[in-house]
Amino acid sequence: MGLELYLDLLSQPCRAVYIFAKKNAIPFELRTVELLKGQQHSDAFVQVNPLRKVPALKDGDFTLAESVAILLYLSRKYKTPDHWYPQDLQARARVDEYLAWQHTALRSSCSRAMWQKLLGPVLLGVQVPPETLASTLAELDRNLQLLEDKFLKDQAFLTGPHISVADLVAITELMHPVSTGCQVFKSRPKLAVWRQRVEAAVGEDLFQEAHAALMKAKDLPPLDLAMREKLKAAVQVLLHWGAGLVQEPPCRMGSPRSSDTRVI
Amino acid sequence: MGLELYLDLLSQPCRAVYIFAKKNGIPFELRTVELLKGQHFSADFAQLNPLKKVPVLKDGDFTLTESVAILLYLTRKYKTPDHWYPQDLQARARVDEYLAWQHTALRRNCLRTLWHKLMLPVFMGEPVAPEMLAATLAELDGSLQLLEDKFLQNKAFFAGPHISLADLVAITELMHAVGAGCQVFEGRPKLAAWRQRVEAAVGAVLFQEAHEVILKVKDSPPADPTIKQKLRPSILALIQ
Repeated sequence: MGLELYLDLLSQPCRAVYIFAKKNAIPFELRTVELLKGQQHSDAFVQVNPLRKVPALKDGDFTLAESVAILLYLSRKYKTPDHWYPQDLQARARVDEYLAWQHTALRSSCSRAMWQKLLGPVLLGVQVPPETLASTLAELDRNLQLLEDKFLKDQAFLTGPHISVADLVAITELMHPVSTGCQVFKSRPKLAVWRQRVEAAVGEDLFQEAHAALMKAKDLPPLDLAMREKLKAAVQVLLHWGAGLVQEPPCRMGSPRSSDTRVI
Repeated sequence: MGLELYLDLLSQPCRAVYIFAKKNGIPFELRTVELLKGQHFSADFAQLNPLKKVPVLKDGDFTLTESVAILLYLTRKYKTPDHWYPQDLQARARVDEYLAWQHTALRRNCLRTLWHKLMLPVFMGEPVAPEMLAATLAELDGSLQLLEDKFLQNKAFFAGPHISLADLVAITELMHAVGAGCQVFEGRPKLAAWRQRVEAAVGAVLFQEAHEVILKVKDSPPADPTIKQKLRPSILALIQ
């Protein structure tokens, strides 16, 4: 058995891994793990990733979780072109810096925006209070500003003149709020131009393919009651975060806020 | 001007960077940024890091934030011994996996534990609801279990037989909870044994030195109203 990638393309980090593997013609078996059907909790999948999250990689006996680790593993094992994770000390540091920052910044905002604006209402029938959503979108806006000012600046790509894994991770995140109808690029021409460059560098077809499931998320049917209750409990933090400042509803163990996707 | 590291040893990621640099004999100027005095809000510091966070590295004209990026930069530039970030593909992937996971898991839990258990009530004078503290401690417990079951398993260290960046980042996080008064190693002999190994590998003296501040934080006097007002929004954002 060759390389297997356990993915659900509804998940942002899964899309980054998918695009990277496809773009670099890395041969793999796609193992789809449907998060909305709870497949990440199957006994078989838990063997692959006891964290019960996607993406996950299986390469012979070797299993690996965490999209950033997976992307770096693939870049090394398959000796992908240098620009994806440049050898140059400072250029590489810039990519590492983005990959570290994004976990608790852009990723966090994009996940919450996705749940509060779209998936909560569509899948769970949950309407989030307007103040909560407003607060989430404000934070998303702050992170977008940081993306422009601290990372992109006047460069072609986030960490320099060429596309890197940082851009892949960022663009797949941003497509999450885009799919909810958030006009993240509308008032941000610099980011809009960067997006065009990233899509062109990835290739339109591959980009569309990776985002097909996401762009249809708004047409998903509501979940059945059992699944709804299960998911509601797991994502309640994503639905409430941004609401008040100190008092939040108690979290469940195994925080769903973990960077890779436990549910979505 | 050589390498400068802007640190506050109150901060977990700063401790990891400090220990790593010292252990490897990397020459640097220590620039202390006292978070509890709001020094990260100074105009000068904001110039250096608009994110207003520590640690920050400055190497000539090159400025770098994010402790994971800083640690990796240091391993490469100063060609530190292989075990810190092994060349071996799979061992390295194990380190990367831990360094990615921890941001929203153990780090988050330990930060919230410190603030909910100690700093919000004692330093900020804001009591925390018992349910909230209980939830935070339950989450911490979940992460500790994962540390044992998924990351450590039956190995000496996270990536195998030798200490790596993953162990350093983890231990400095756990000491945050210890500083808050949480006995994270009690009832967890596997983790306790790992801790001994990590301290021995780092060196007891360096380990104590790096953790002096966090272990005394419970004796911090309450913040004055000006500082409280200044720090409150960023603290609440940090521990969200």
